[in-house]
Amino acid sequence: MKFESMADFIGMGGHGLYVWLAYGIALVILLLNVVQPLRQTRQLLNQQARRVRREKGLS
Amino acid sequence: MAKTKTDKNWMPRWFYQLASPRWCYEITGKLLPAFSVLALVLLLGGTVWALLFAPADYQQGNSFRIIYIHVPSAILAQSCYMMMALAGAIGLIWKMKVADMVAKACAPLGASLALLALATGAIWGKPTWGSWWVWDARLTSMLILLFLYLGVMALHSAIENDTTAAQSTAVLALVGLVNIPIIKYSVEWWNTLHQPATFKLTEKPAMPPEMWLPLLVMVVGFYCFFAVSLMLRLRHEILRRERRSSWVQALVESR
Repeated sequence: MKFESMADFIGMGGHGLYVWLAYGIALVILLLNVVQPLRQTRQLLNQQARRVRREKGLS
Repeated sequence: MAKTKTDKNWMPRWFYQLASPRWCYEITGKLLPAFSVLALVLLLGGTVWALLFAPADYQQGNSFRIIYIHVPSAILAQSCYMMMALAGAIGLIWKMKVADMVAKACAPLGASLALLALATGAIWGKPTWGSWWVWDARLTSMLILLFLYLGVMALHSAIENDTTAAQSTAVLALVGLVNIPIIKYSVEWWNTLHQPATFKLTEKPAMPPEMWLPLLVMVVGFYCFFAVSLMLRLRHEILRRERRSSWVQALVESR
């Protein structure tokens, strides 16, 4: 452990804003890169399922 | 006749299997859990190590900890670009649909990684150089990399036909490949504020092991994460392009 206390850890020796901003942006970008393709895939499959149901209803 | 047969067989069988979207969808489905666990463990472990246990730099203090995000994202942004160009070239030469899809999947992922590298670099630059941005060779060539990714994405959304879009973006990606060595050697060719590479194949890192070991963990973690995100995007693209085929229909109906 390189930090004495929680406040020391948050403060990062005066560089807290920079360090936490960088790690925060990284978290957001990494999460988006997983969530976005998963959502797109779910939407596509739902759309295809609707199309199949519609075509079955017509025939 | 015999000649064409031997000509066709010089590539291993898995290369042809890779060309099958369905086979690719199935194999990525099997690979995903392992890579997801690996990425999660390495990134979480690496972050804890980087934030709590790695020593602070004697000059830069704790702002040095940004390196554990900045360097992996910059490495990955370049690796992703090379993969996009390579996949594009394979698609151009062998007319392989899956290669086109891989190239397309690389673009948004690489753009976000280049953006992450630039953003963390700017945040790190403020306390270290006293400025968010300087028109330095390394920074400028990295910005061009981001624009190349955005160009590929814009071309994809502008061209309706998937085959034409794949060909045009592959050519753009291949032309832009010239930027990769420029990024790599920018710190040597020009006077620059940016520090030289942390990891070199031929030399020991200039940092002590307790600083570069967590960095290595983060780089490997980012590679695993890249694999996960790329496979997710590829699977979406395979389903989208093959939505009329019987196996996707069966998949939709079995849900």
